[in-house]
Amino acid sequence: MNTKQLKQKTAFIIIGTLSFIVVAILVIILGFIFIRGIGVISWEFLTAMPKDGMTKGGIFPAIVGTACLVLGSMIFAFPIGVLSGIYIHEYLSESWLKKFLRMMTNNLAGVPSIVFGLFGMALFVNYLSFGDSILAGSMTLGLLALPVVIRLTEEALKSVDDGLRLGSYALGATKIQTIQKIVLPIAFPNILTGLILSIGRVSGETAPILFTVAAYFLPRLPQSLSDQVMALPYHLYVLATSGTNMKETRPMAYGTALVLVTMVLIINFSASLLRRRINRKNKMV
Amino acid sequence: MTQAEAKNVNVWYNNFQALKNINLTFEPNTITALIGPSGCGKSTFLRLFNRMNDLIPKFRLEGMVTVNGQNVYSDDVRLDEMRKNVGMVFQKPNPFPKSIFENVAYGLRVNGINNKKILEETVEHSLKQAALWDEVKESLKKSALELSGGQQQRLCIARALAVQPKLILMDEPASALDPISTAKIEELIFELKKTYTILIVTHNLQQAGRISDLTAFLYLGELIEYNHTKKIFLNPDDERTQNYITGRFG
Repeated sequence: MNTKQLKQKTAFIIIGTLSFIVVAILVIILGFIFIRGIGVISWEFLTAMPKDGMTKGGIFPAIVGTACLVLGSMIFAFPIGVLSGIYIHEYLSESWLKKFLRMMTNNLAGVPSIVFGLFGMALFVNYLSFGDSILAGSMTLGLLALPVVIRLTEEALKSVDDGLRLGSYALGATKIQTIQKIVLPIAFPNILTGLILSIGRVSGETAPILFTVAAYFLPRLPQSLSDQVMALPYHLYVLATSGTNMKETRPMAYGTALVLVTMVLIINFSASLLRRRINRKNKMV
Repeated sequence: MTQAEAKNVNVWYNNFQALKNINLTFEPNTITALIGPSGCGKSTFLRLFNRMNDLIPKFRLEGMVTVNGQNVYSDDVRLDEMRKNVGMVFQKPNPFPKSIFENVAYGLRVNGINNKKILEETVEHSLKQAALWDEVKESLKKSALELSGGQQQRLCIARALAVQPKLILMDEPASALDPISTAKIEELIFELKKTYTILIVTHNLQQAGRISDLTAFLYLGELIEYNHTKKIFLNPDDERTQNYITGRFG
């Protein structure tokens, strides 16, 4: 074997090993949570209220709370994010404004989530007097998801072949018709995937809901948007660090982690499934 | 009557002058080939007639471009209205990811025509004109992306015909196709001359020779020579034309 081939081989082995390490880390984390958590998973755990200082019972209100927050944040972030993405990519020409908006979107994505939490508390909870509520928490989480949705929308639009836009213009279509009838239908599966991935991110966030909505212990379901709720990530934090009986709550914490991780995984898998289905359908139209 | 005209046309991209004082008129029911080496401005020239260059940043025009006697660059022109009168076929076939029927119907739909009967008639008529009807009449609901490259290009031609333009611009319409598909497209273009005025940009000199009535040779943004195709190919006036068509540069 000559040096060139040897170099090639070494590089391949190094890169391959590193990739496997990454996958292995994920598998170890998931396996660890699964083994520690599966013991407490039961129908009761998923559907009952917590009781006896959170050492018994279930996590149902936290599951419902997280579902509410995710839904609320998407109702807030999806239209604003997608429309902003369309504006930035389709309407702005290459100018300082476009660069500025892009830069600010990226900066927004880089803001630590605890800062979003404090901002949400200052703006929604106090200034707009929503109080600690699903409304305030959803909007705070929505803000967090916004840059992700904008950027993924832009990426989705970028992947639409310019030849199709030109073809549409050449037939006398206006810009808005071209976007509606050609660009968006093609970009839609990718936009949808972006949306679902941002759901995955939002559902696991703790800091933004800490001061805006999350309840330490609230064994009932929310009745309105102005109610507080329990949420999975915060519940996990509580069980792991500040329960009344740490030893007893430890297995409950692993169970909660398992539920949260499973939820996020299911959401991500359904994203790719959905995308594949829509793509296939689009081709068959 | 003149179908289309360029009068004292100068075009700049930023500081680069892409076209220099071009004067050309196109009569109805003729095919004019625009030839010249890459970067000579022939595509830029072609795209003046449906204002596709507007999309390029820092594009600037001096002079006048008319289609059917109307100055297409005057301020009161509505782009979507104007582009209905000018069909365009691109180098790479660009069918929309929709059904064959919806591809052809698209130009009508965006112009507010949704009457089912009119759509069906127009789609059939346009596909027949584009010599594609017999191949697809059983499968109008199938995705246009399942057609072969040559069929896709004929579909794009049918799509352009459906809005009943007078002038059709073709930007190297056969350069991405195999020889048999190319022959079909050429035959089709020749047939379309009866109804339409056609401007075609091509790198393929044999193609220009076979199908066009008139040929314009552009070089470095200048119109070097414009004459009957036969004359250009057999006995050009300018030495640069001679050099280009005999393959000495380009």
